[in-house]
Amino acid sequence: MTEEVLRIEGLRKAYGLLEVLKGIDLTVHRGETVCLIGASGSGKSTLLRCVNFLGYPTEGRIYLEGRLIGRESGGKMAYRESKLCAVRTHVGMVFQQFNLFPHLTVEENVTIGPIKIRGVPPAVAHEKAAEQLRRVGILDKAKDYPSQLSGGQQQRVAIARALAMEPSIMLFDEATSALDPELVGEVLVAMRKLAEDGTTMLVVTHELGFAYNVAHRVVFLHEGTIYEEGPPQEILVRPRRPRTQDFLRGHTAFRMPEPEMTPAAAVDG
Amino acid sequence: MAYEWDFAFLWVLWPHLLVGLAGTAKLWAVALICGLGIGLVVGIFRTAPSRILRSIGTVYVEAIRNTPGLIQLIWFYYAIPMVTGWQASAWLAAVVSLSIYTGAYSAEIYRAGIASIERGQWEAARAIGFGFGAQMRYIVLPQALMRMIPAFGNRAIELAKATTLASTIAFGELLYTAKVIAEDQMRPLETYTAVTVIFTVILLPVSYGCVWFERRLARRGGVHRD
Repeated sequence: MTEEVLRIEGLRKAYGLLEVLKGIDLTVHRGETVCLIGASGSGKSTLLRCVNFLGYPTEGRIYLEGRLIGRESGGKMAYRESKLCAVRTHVGMVFQQFNLFPHLTVEENVTIGPIKIRGVPPAVAHEKAAEQLRRVGILDKAKDYPSQLSGGQQQRVAIARALAMEPSIMLFDEATSALDPELVGEVLVAMRKLAEDGTTMLVVTHELGFAYNVAHRVVFLHEGTIYEEGPPQEILVRPRRPRTQDFLRGHTAFRMPEPEMTPAAAVDG
Repeated sequence: MAYEWDFAFLWVLWPHLLVGLAGTAKLWAVALICGLGIGLVVGIFRTAPSRILRSIGTVYVEAIRNTPGLIQLIWFYYAIPMVTGWQASAWLAAVVSLSIYTGAYSAEIYRAGIASIERGQWEAARAIGFGFGAQMRYIVLPQALMRMIPAFGNRAIELAKATTLASTIAFGELLYTAKVIAEDQMRPLETYTAVTVIFTVILLPVSYGCVWFERRLARRGGVHRD
């Protein structure tokens, strides 16, 4: 886990006078899962959107696979949209609202990128799509349209769609926040499987249990800066700084004992 | 002194009306196809990231939509010879002006249809690595076109009626033919009634088709698939 996939240096993002990110330095290594947590408005999603340039950083540098993205001119970074398209093919993104293409079948959703952008022959693309759909446990729905699927199933297709481009890193933007509670588990299980397979992942989430069990590192954002970061056992269990402690207190105000279940009833992928 | 209706002459002269109808159909079809093509390009201009393209689109649409179609037709009839150096036929002037006229209105249909596609669709396409053109072609237009079909149907009906403007520059479409017959037979009431009936019989099914398709789309939540 030494090779750097993503390196962010001094990232700032402002909307007019409102500065959302105030200088972020973050590195993600190959095979690593990093969870970004923090209150809403802390800049988690904005940070993620800067990484695949759905939002342009105001200042700072982003390196992907060791290569600086954009061109430096007069101390600022300049970005060309055509170059950024190429960058985005190497960065997989999973959205809160799934955003599957409703006019395409599950299979077509997954193959359209590889076929139209990478020029992969359709037969090969379909084979690879099947592989990705199997990974997220939804191969049996390949011929269905998104509207025929539950939210959890749609989100797993969205994950397969991003994986099909064989990205260097996968970004998850609150991937389970729009789901009914009973569907959250299946998506988290699929994500955990990816993490265990060695996928490099940067995950914005409110699922602290997921962060605790899956993340190699947890980063707590507060008002546009990295306030505290470290292994989940430290950040989520023994936070050192006051804002992190407040945040976790709010998330764990109510607790209950673990339900007792027969093994078959447990969620499994 | 009641007016005595007499349609008898039409039993003899109907082949002439049929020729006129063929002229209307030809003008309608060609101008519709060209107009929808122009509209597609201009509609995409109107939603493009480039401000210059957007401005070009806006000027065109507003200039055409805010001037009378009849004046545009007459203007083109005299302008084409000045630009090209040869006298344009009534057919060419009619096709050009009605295409440009329909192009402006259909550009607005495309623009509204494209704008109706959720931001998330654009973003998802962008996140995969599609540029603006590919986002439009593979993701946005296929979804938007289905939503536009009822509006295109209404546009087609409007254009069918607008083809009668070409009678003013003596293009042999239905109304022009009817005018000739009416003057020849001195039976304008009967002749124009016949023209009205012909338009209604042809356009009513198109009109109902639009309503049917619109309801079908609404049931499917704006998504079409086969």
